[in-house]
Amino acid sequence: MTKQVRQLDRVVIRFAGDSGDGMQLTGDRFTSETAQLGNDISTLPNFPAEIRAPAGTLPGVSSFQVHFADYDILTPGDTPDILVAMNPAALKANLGDLRPGADIIVNTDEFTKRNLTKVGYDANPLEDGSLDGYVLHPVALTSMTVRALESFEISKKDAERAKNMFALGLLSWMYSRPSESTLRFLERKFAARPEVAAANIAAFKAGFNFGETTEDFVVRYEVSPAKMAPGEYRNVTGNTALAYGVVAAGVRSGLPVFLGAYPITPASDILHELSKHKKFGVTTVQAEDEIAAVGLALGASYGGALGVTSTSGPGVALKSETISLAVALELPLLIIDVQRAGPSTGMPTKTEQADLNLALFGRHGEAPVAVIAPRSPADCFDAALEAARIALTYRTPVILLSDGYIANGSEPWRLPDVSTLPDLRVEFASEPNGPDGRFLPYLRDPETLARPWAVPGTPGLEHRIGGLEKADKTGDISYDPANHDYMVRTRAARIEGIQVPDLEVDDPDGDARVLVLGWGSTYGPIGAACRALRQRGLPVAQAHLRYLNPMPRNLGEVLRRYDRVVIPEMNLGQLASVVRSKYLIDAIAYNQVRGLPFTAAELENMLEDVVKNA
Amino acid sequence: MPEAGLSAGATPLKLTAKDFKSDQEVRWCPGCGDYAILAAMQSFLPDLGIPRERIAFVSGIGCSSRFPYYLNTYGMHSIHGRAPAIATGLSVSRPDLSVWVVTGDGDALSIGGNHLIHALRRNVNLKILLFNNKIYGLTKGQYSPTSELGKITKSTPVGSTDSPFNPLSLALGAEASFVARTIDSDRKHLQSVLRQAAEHQGSAFVEIYQNCNIFNDGAFEVLKDPQTRDEYVIRLEHGQPITFGKDGEFCVTHPPGAFGLRVRPTAEVSPDEIVVHDETVAEPAYAFALSRLPESDLRHTPIGVFRDVARPVYDDLVRAQLDSAKEKVTRSADEELAALLGSGDTWTIL
Repeated sequence: MTKQVRQLDRVVIRFAGDSGDGMQLTGDRFTSETAQLGNDISTLPNFPAEIRAPAGTLPGVSSFQVHFADYDILTPGDTPDILVAMNPAALKANLGDLRPGADIIVNTDEFTKRNLTKVGYDANPLEDGSLDGYVLHPVALTSMTVRALESFEISKKDAERAKNMFALGLLSWMYSRPSESTLRFLERKFAARPEVAAANIAAFKAGFNFGETTEDFVVRYEVSPAKMAPGEYRNVTGNTALAYGVVAAGVRSGLPVFLGAYPITPASDILHELSKHKKFGVTTVQAEDEIAAVGLALGASYGGALGVTSTSGPGVALKSETISLAVALELPLLIIDVQRAGPSTGMPTKTEQADLNLALFGRHGEAPVAVIAPRSPADCFDAALEAARIALTYRTPVILLSDGYIANGSEPWRLPDVSTLPDLRVEFASEPNGPDGRFLPYLRDPETLARPWAVPGTPGLEHRIGGLEKADKTGDISYDPANHDYMVRTRAARIEGIQVPDLEVDDPDGDARVLVLGWGSTYGPIGAACRALRQRGLPVAQAHLRYLNPMPRNLGEVLRRYDRVVIPEMNLGQLASVVRSKYLIDAIAYNQVRGLPFTAAELENMLEDVVKNA
Repeated sequence: MPEAGLSAGATPLKLTAKDFKSDQEVRWCPGCGDYAILAAMQSFLPDLGIPRERIAFVSGIGCSSRFPYYLNTYGMHSIHGRAPAIATGLSVSRPDLSVWVVTGDGDALSIGGNHLIHALRRNVNLKILLFNNKIYGLTKGQYSPTSELGKITKSTPVGSTDSPFNPLSLALGAEASFVARTIDSDRKHLQSVLRQAAEHQGSAFVEIYQNCNIFNDGAFEVLKDPQTRDEYVIRLEHGQPITFGKDGEFCVTHPPGAFGLRVRPTAEVSPDEIVVHDETVAEPAYAFALSRLPESDLRHTPIGVFRDVARPVYDDLVRAQLDSAKEKVTRSADEELAALLGSGDTWTIL
């Protein structure tokens, strides 16, 4: 039969199933195929903390959302246009998020009485008319996959497990995706089990062909490539980009990188990734605990390495004392906090921005550190390099605040020309800097206020440092009141004096009276909301902070330009408090802590009110 | 890898104790056992033949942890309990350095217990000196994890209800490859143990009994007093039968069919029943049995090297993985980086 082909400018797909159904992999592959086609992409994985929650239950549902378009997009999309539900739990957990009239593909094999009861369906939603507002495509995914693989010498279990590839094949047909990269991927993934590789490929093709032949699917869609800047691209998650940024910082500084880390969700992937890159001189140690992890990194920094530790909020809390030591020692240290919903264990796989106060203030004594935050998955690369620049130039701990949303989410990344990355080379102290050939470990650079980095092994510069207050210049132990006052103020001045670029404001027509100020991963939804408002003729300005400490010099002036300043955050108003106290601006805090990113639509609604009443 | 001018201008190796004294005024209480350990260390370090700049001392918090300030080497006075972790980062990233940890019973066994056991388990190339005075001195006299049960201190006015750690048993349980004990006042013994510790590849754990004359004076007096020491101290010497007493009238035996070791009058056993000390016994049960010999009144306290065995060194294992990965590198670092960034599925937009 001839299928109709329809052009779309954007599509949001959500794959949902049991945590054992391979939805993350399916989503990843679809994303990769889509990237090959040159669409702009943004993805949002969402999965339970349990590795295998009880099968078929609501807590066990794992999903992967991918938004792709023929223009540049900023978020993974608010409301899916199509849901692939591998079981009743996946349908029930995700139905509420769909737009009216969305397509739903369900695996009918899983809609048994038992599975329906398990999630509280009294009647089969596929038959009781409750899905009449959607376009339902019932597909017997499991049994069709098993039938397609009858000729393969694999177990029934292996055959059933290939149903996600059948689904992927079907969706690849439906959205005209190129399949070569998936076929290559399957060959690689199952290289040790060729029969399983062949079966998965067969399942994928069966799904693709099913779309081609069945009468249930009459429309096939195309989304043209987006107009993106020329260059070579890849898709990248925030955690991968962050790890690459750390590797790049090592290469560009010429220093060995030393990562001390303790496994913690959602930061562990940074440890996994960096442990693969030993050829760049990257040492990774899985420490006995979070405190040891930062101690190892600091010990390595003392020895002349770029010391890095990666963790999430609970880990930062444990590292707090050592970070203060690093403040006193004035050594470079990079602390990566991939924030998750807290307090305590909270919701480890869900996102939040509630560690800003912890990063800014969570230490004993006057212990300021630099704090910066990436705005998107790909931006994690640049943010890591920038964090390393600050740490190395100013000899200070730097806290980088990522979060679960950008850590696991992905987007296309235009690969940088390596030779244009910043030069991060540092000079170690090599000779005495004081009178009579004495070495003064706390004699500062007048520009940066940084002290010399004199690494053990350097003859003539033997010196002792420690957590006790040090006398200016000599670094000797000092309890002198005036000296302590001076040192506290000088350490603060060193952080305050870090050179950061001015804040840029996006206000295309220059007539906005309302400014939306954000930081970190809210960039996408805020940006999408602002665009939507402007398209409706409602002017609004957007500015996004990368530097949380010190803040850009022009921030106060920017804030005062607008009648209203709105600060949306995935916390209860932490940046808003800082802005209010620092700049005496009556900022409007808009907050949500649901473990999920803002939707562009809710921000648009909220901002519409503010703009209309400004 | 910062080599920091190691070849150029390295200090000459004919150093004396004076070369290792820093310009800082030593501020322990007069009469503290730490002075003796410091003096022993300063006069021992020149024998190591390692240039001053290649030696680093890392300490935690407590009286003993002031140690690095008084040595003219590289040094870091860090935070409570964390010295083994910080020193691990330094040692692993800088194999050219001789890294020492100075810690106390509270620092190493209470707040920092986890880092100590993991450093020992990994066999990081650290020399860990635990000054054990069985008391918290810097905080002015609370009981420590090595204080005896019933100890009356400021925080335990009617006696401590905690059972103490046996630091050597703990270290052996943590797979330490070198375990020794010595006493602050016995400079010759102290230096011989330090020397052997310094030569050991991997973690060397040395417990130094140290007198706190303010808060726990005389805790080890029976091991020092000429009237009692011969009957209280068992001096371990590699390859020698373990006997002690003024005239060797006591010995250590391994009764058949029993666990552990036992002290017997030498006259009552045949010479071949006396245990001949062997530091290199692979099975840790032997050194563990030695560590259990002391009675609660310190009678039968062995000093010397309990265990000195070869085990893969963490630093070397880490370095070997780095080196073998680096061997495969054929391009410049920038080219390798560009290849890494462009790995996986990429696409080009014209």
